[in-house]
This record gives sequence, structure tokens and C-alpha cells, in this order.
Amino acid sequence: MSEAITHNGIGHAAHHADYLEDPKGLWSWLTTLDHKRIGLMYLWSVLTFFLAGGIFALLIRLELLTPKQTIMTAEQYNRVFTLHGTIMVFLVIIPAIPAALGNFVLPLLLGAKDVAFPRLNLASLYVYWTGALMALSTLLLGGVDTGWTFYTPYSTTTGGGVTMMVLAAFTLGFSSIFTGVNFITTIHKLRAPGMGWFEMPLFCWGMYSTALIQVLATPVLGITLLLLVMERVLGVGIFDPQLGGDPVLFQHFFWFYSHPAVYIMILPGMAVISEIIPTFSKKTIFGYKAIAFSSVAIALLGFLVWAHHMFVAGMSLFAGAIFSFLTFFIAIPSAIKVFNWIATMWRGSISLEAPMLYAMAFLLIFTIGGLTGLFLAALSTDVHLHDTYFVVSHFHYVMAGTSLFALLAGIHYWWPKMFGRMYSNKLAPLACALVFIGFNATFLPQFVLGSRGMPRRYYNYLPQFQDLHVASTVGSWILAAGLFLAAAYLLASFRGPKNAPANPWGGRTLEWETTSPPTTHNFEGQPVLQHGPYDYRANPAPVGVHEHSH
Amino acid sequence: MNWFRDYLLPRGGATHAGDVDGLFMFIIYLTIFFFFFNGALIFYAVKRWRRRSDREVTPHITHDTRLELIWSFIPLVVVMLVFFWGFKGYVRAWVAPNDSIEIVATGKKWVWQFEYPDGTRTLNDLHVPVNKPVKLVLHSEDVIHSFYVPGFRLKRDAIPGRYTELWFTATEPGVQQVFCAEYCGKGHSDMLARIFVDTPEQYETFLREGDEQVRKMPLKDLGQLVYENKGCATCHSLDGTRGQGPSWKGIWGKVHTGTDGKQYTVDANYIRQSILQPQAVVVQGFEPIMPTFQGLLREREISGLIEFIKSQE
Repeated sequence: MSEAITHNGIGHAAHHADYLEDPKGLWSWLTTLDHKRIGLMYLWSVLTFFLAGGIFALLIRLELLTPKQTIMTAEQYNRVFTLHGTIMVFLVIIPAIPAALGNFVLPLLLGAKDVAFPRLNLASLYVYWTGALMALSTLLLGGVDTGWTFYTPYSTTTGGGVTMMVLAAFTLGFSSIFTGVNFITTIHKLRAPGMGWFEMPLFCWGMYSTALIQVLATPVLGITLLLLVMERVLGVGIFDPQLGGDPVLFQHFFWFYSHPAVYIMILPGMAVISEIIPTFSKKTIFGYKAIAFSSVAIALLGFLVWAHHMFVAGMSLFAGAIFSFLTFFIAIPSAIKVFNWIATMWRGSISLEAPMLYAMAFLLIFTIGGLTGLFLAALSTDVHLHDTYFVVSHFHYVMAGTSLFALLAGIHYWWPKMFGRMYSNKLAPLACALVFIGFNATFLPQFVLGSRGMPRRYYNYLPQFQDLHVASTVGSWILAAGLFLAAAYLLASFRGPKNAPANPWGGRTLEWETTSPPTTHNFEGQPVLQHGPYDYRANPAPVGVHEHSH
Repeated sequence: MNWFRDYLLPRGGATHAGDVDGLFMFIIYLTIFFFFFNGALIFYAVKRWRRRSDREVTPHITHDTRLELIWSFIPLVVVMLVFFWGFKGYVRAWVAPNDSIEIVATGKKWVWQFEYPDGTRTLNDLHVPVNKPVKLVLHSEDVIHSFYVPGFRLKRDAIPGRYTELWFTATEPGVQQVFCAEYCGKGHSDMLARIFVDTPEQYETFLREGDEQVRKMPLKDLGQLVYENKGCATCHSLDGTRGQGPSWKGIWGKVHTGTDGKQYTVDANYIRQSILQPQAVVVQGFEPIMPTFQGLLREREISGLIEFIKSQE
């Protein structure tokens, strides 16, 4: 705090340069402790890997255009879908919203100068880069063909760079833990004066719930992956029955992390949506506490449902029943959130700008993703659908689709704050429509493929499935076109002037009270909370009211 | 709406498929209803309350406890219904009836092997009688596989080092596709099998004469299959090594002295008798320990063994 006061002393005299320019130079970026710069470097890294993972996805869809070989061999196909899954889960979706957007926005929303542990924050980025390089190095080690789930004993007996890939995931876990520890502490200790727990923007509740999972569940993944490496390298028999191990034990360990990890992917998305809907409805959030507690409820319940991935793996009837029963409770907080968001729009003053369009697409995608989860939570239908394209489609809706739309919504929402520039509002609706149509065209046919019995991870398939595969592949091209269009107009904004107003959307949270882009220390002095995060009662702020000149 | 069910699901061919399909369609309608319900609410809100001026003032509504309880309670009731429905179907598909035909199914990269109660073995083709409960005991010889029959709405992992079970009663004769549903490497998507649901007569024929693969096999090859699979190899070597019984190397046409002191030439009739009534003649120097294979081998398998022994020079 003492630094803030010092800064405050000189702050009024000279107008500070924004964080993008002060100080300049690549070295100043690589050694920065500024949460905004670290967030941006995370964002560019995540988007780069999203491009890579997306290209692998397009290759998979292209291969599946015909029932037999199209563009690659079975071995290549197995390596490509493993890379697609591993990159998208560990390098894109898990860090996307918390580490990229969260890093940038969280301290601003709290009225803080930075996160609690800025050096740990920078370390998490370097650990992430190290893990990413390790993951990519498997390409030189003969590739990995296990799928991102690394199921034993296949993963302990197949060749290639499995050990390196597993160590990469292990390393990336630490980056995730660092971010989680940082966010929990930041939320506890660095809220602006006057900001109680229930005056926090809901984004912070989402980040808090996510961070809890990151800190509590990731170590289990770390331990599991280390045991896997011990088995592969040292021949210690833990999972492989040839060595006296139990392969199903691996699945329990793996899903004990990876099911909560699904909520690491969806909770941040929900957090973004909870900010955007009130702003563009110009109305206070409906059911603040219900949304906040349902995030925490989802985070905690998420720990108790892992074995619903194993209903056909020879678990006891009793265990199956318990895990199915508990899984259904996740539906309640999820439904509560959706209804609260719609109720927030009710009687609002709805402005359909780009972030809101993406947020509404999120609502529809999440509705489909959530409801199709019922088929898989129910025991008898899951037996039929498990490990088919139905599951593939379901988790793309809940993990990929929601994360994608929430990330796009968040990027469009905070873009002016991040870069001080506005993007073309004309192309945004077209891009949003293309992404929405493309996503559904890709994945709706996969539900039908699955219910008709098409198993996942199939290189060859029976000719009866071809029509739906063709539809899905064409959908992936529409989706790609939409994403390239969005990337094009967002990047084109860098050619325009840096003239975004401080508060372009009329938001009521603290990040809109500082300049766009903010100065290095975020605020001129310590902001003090004057009103709740979504309070539109007193003098609704018209657009651009806080505009600062640059 | 049967056309919709038939579009989404393969034709059900086992007793409990109807129950699974009922629940599946219930959740489908639920999903479609809530998707359009939410979509309509969003569409209506946007249409009705689209911003017309930046000066618009909105009501400050923080929550509505009664409304929130309603929209928590309704999903709760619905999901509990779905849970019990799914649980009921799962329990019903859990314990096989006592009179089930038990068949051992072994998965290995990348084939399914089936072994019937009478010792018959088949590869990738499973024969079962219609309207009779069948229990599969699954296991794997290498990595995890999963035995998936979409038409039966059934799936169970085949795991190395432990046994899992699956049972069904097929309801109509015909062929059912089997997939491996757990990723197992390069040949995963080619690890296909078929279930032939036979009429009782067809099934009898199958048990008597074997499946088509066996029926078309040359006698000598069939003999080798029997030698390897039915226990001959335990006592009779092919390389002259002395086992519990005489080696088959060069045995055809040899003259044996029996324990009764008489001389016997090894020909087709001698071999046939040795298989069906092994105690009738025991070669000197060997114990009378061979069990009879009366009723355990098919006629054609005996002929196969004779041809196979003839070829061992």
C-alpha cells in the first residue's frame, strides 16, 4: 500500500502512460510483474495454441469425411486426436479464462493494484511455457497415441513420447496451482475498501470457485501422472495388471482431477457471462447470492461425481447408483444460473453489442450442453452412449462451446480496456452467427452419430455413418470461417486509433472507472467502493461518461 | 413419434432395449422443450426490452425467493425422476438369470474371441439363440477394450486382470454389430465383431457343426485346431518328445503293442477308437489315463484329427 501512496503523490501531477507502453521493450515484458501484461502474454499464448489445436481439429474432421483413409494413416490419426485433446484441455481451455482474462481483470474488478503474489504470477507463465514446450517436444519423440486421458495399461505399454507428454501435463498443473493460490489470496486480501464478499463482482466468485478446484484437485493429477511415469520408466506395478497393478485405479485417480477440471473450464465462462449480461441489460443481476453460491456448489459437488465416467468399467452397482445420484445435483445450480441470467435480462434495457451476442450464444450452447448431460448421468442410457460420439458432442458443448463463447464474449467485452481500441461492430454479429451456426452444425450431427452407435476415436467407420460425418465436417469449416473473421476484425482494430472510452458499455464495476487501457498501477490512488457492482439505480452512467483523453 | 426414435436409435434387439429407449426419448423431449423454452424467453426479452435510449432506467430487482425456489424445485423433481428411471434400467441389466448360457468373451488387440460351454471357440462371430438369456464373461489379454452392442443398448469394458459381465436376451433373429468402444490403438476401429442371433434350429446346427468358418475349414487345419484347443497337445507331442501319451510324430502306420500283448496298426479306425474308447487299447509303457471324447468332438473334428495325425511325419 505504501507504494500506492507514493505513486498517488506524483500521480496527479504527471499523466501516466498506459501499461502497454510503460516501460517499453521485449525485456520489460518478459520480466514484468504487472498482472495485465502477464494476462496478455497468457492470452496470446492461449490463442496461438488454440490455433494449433483448431488446425488439428480440422484435420480430424477432414480425415472423417470418408469411412476409410482420407488424408492420413491410422497411426497419424491417433496422434492427431491426442494432440488436439491435450493441447485444447491443458494449454487452451484450462488457462484461457482464468489465467488470461482473469489475470487481466480480477485485480481491476477488486480495485487492486495487482494480484497478491506478482512474482508467483510471472512464474506460473514461465511454468506454462515450459510445459507447452514439453508437450510440443513429443512431436519429435515419435508422437503420443494415448488420447488425452492416458488410460492404462495402453499408456504404459505403447511407444512414443508418452512419458514426456505426461510430464508436460504434470508441469502445466503447477502453473494452474500457482494461478489458483494467487487468486484465492488476492480475493481474500486485496478487495477495495468497502467491498465485502457480496459486493464483489460475480466474476470474482467464479474465479474463487475455479481457484479452489485448481488448488485442491490438481495435486491429485500430479500424483497420478507421476505414478504413471514411475510405471513406464521404472516398471513399478501400480496400474498395469502384468505388473500386479489395477488399470481401473488409474481411471479413478484420473477422473478425481479431470472431472473437477471440467468445472475449471466452465465456471470461468459462467463468471464472464455474469458480468456481461447485467451490463448490456443495464440492470442489476438477478439473484446475486444464488449465482455466487451456485458457483461454489458446482465446485464442491464437482469433487463427488468423478466415477460417472466409469459406469461401464466394472464398478459395483452400488457405486454406480451413488455417483449417478450425485451427478444429477449438478443440474440444479446450473439451471439456477441460466434462469437467473434470463431473469436479469427481463425488463432490462438490452443492447445487442458484440459481447452480449456472444453471451446469448453461450446461454443456448450451455442449455444444450447441460441438458444432454442428463443422458450420461442416467445409468441405463449412459451404458448405451458411453464412449460414443454422443459423449464427444456433449463435452464439446459444455467444455469447448461454452469456453469458446465465453472467451469470445470476454475478449470482446474487455478488448477496449485491454488495448484502448474499439473493433468493428459491423462484422461482429456476422462472425458470432457463423461461429454459432458452425459449432452447432459440427456437433449436433455427432449426437445422432453417437445415439446410433458410432464409437469415439474411430479412424475407420461403417458407411452408414458417413452422411452425418460429412455434415459435421462441413460445420467445422463454417466454425473456422467465423473464428477467422472474428480474429481479422479484432486484429484490424490495432490499425485504428487508441481512442476507446474508459467505460464504453456503461458498466458499473471498477475496471470501467480507470482509463482504457489502464496505467501500470491500474488506478489513480486507491478506489473506494461507492455502489454495488451492478447498481444501476443512481444516475445510470451514459456511454463514455468517464472518457479520458490520450 | 416412432419415426423420430427410429431416426435417433438403431433398432432395439434385446429385451431391455425398450426401457432404455423410453428414457432416452423422454430426455430428448425434455432437452428440446427446455432449449426452445430458454430460447423463447431470451428472444422475447430482447424483442420486448431492446434498448431504445441510453437514458432508459431499469427496475432494481435483486431477487425473488419464491420464483427462485420454483425454478430450483422443478429441475430437482425432473432430474430425480430421470435418476430413478435410469437406475431401474441399470439394475435390470445387472444380474443375469441363473439359466443363462455362459460364454467367455476375450478381447485382445484387435479381435474378439468367444468360448462356448461345450468348448467350441469362434473368432469375431458370436452365435446366440433367440429368446434365451446369454451371459458374457468378459476379460482382456492386453489393454482395456469395451464390448459394445448398439442394438442391445449394452456395453461393458473388458479389462486385463479381472472379469466383468454382461447379459442379454436377444428378441429377434438376425445380425447385430459389435464395436470395441474403449480406445485400444491402431486397430481400434477395426475391432469389430458380429452377433448372429439364431433360431433354435440354427443354433443347434451351429453347436453340432460349428460356425461357417469351421465348416469350411480343410480337415487337416480343423484337426490342428482341435489338437491345440481341446487338450490333445497336453499329452501328445508333435516332435517325438515322450509325454503322458505317445507322441504323434510319425505315428501313422506304426505298429503298437498293447498292454494286452496284441499288435495294433495305427490307422483311421484305431485312432477313432482311441479317441472315443481310450481304455480299449492302451499302448505298453503308458498309463490308462486318457479320458473319452465321446460327445465332446464332432464327427468332422474326428476326421480332422485323423487327417492331422496322418500328416505328422
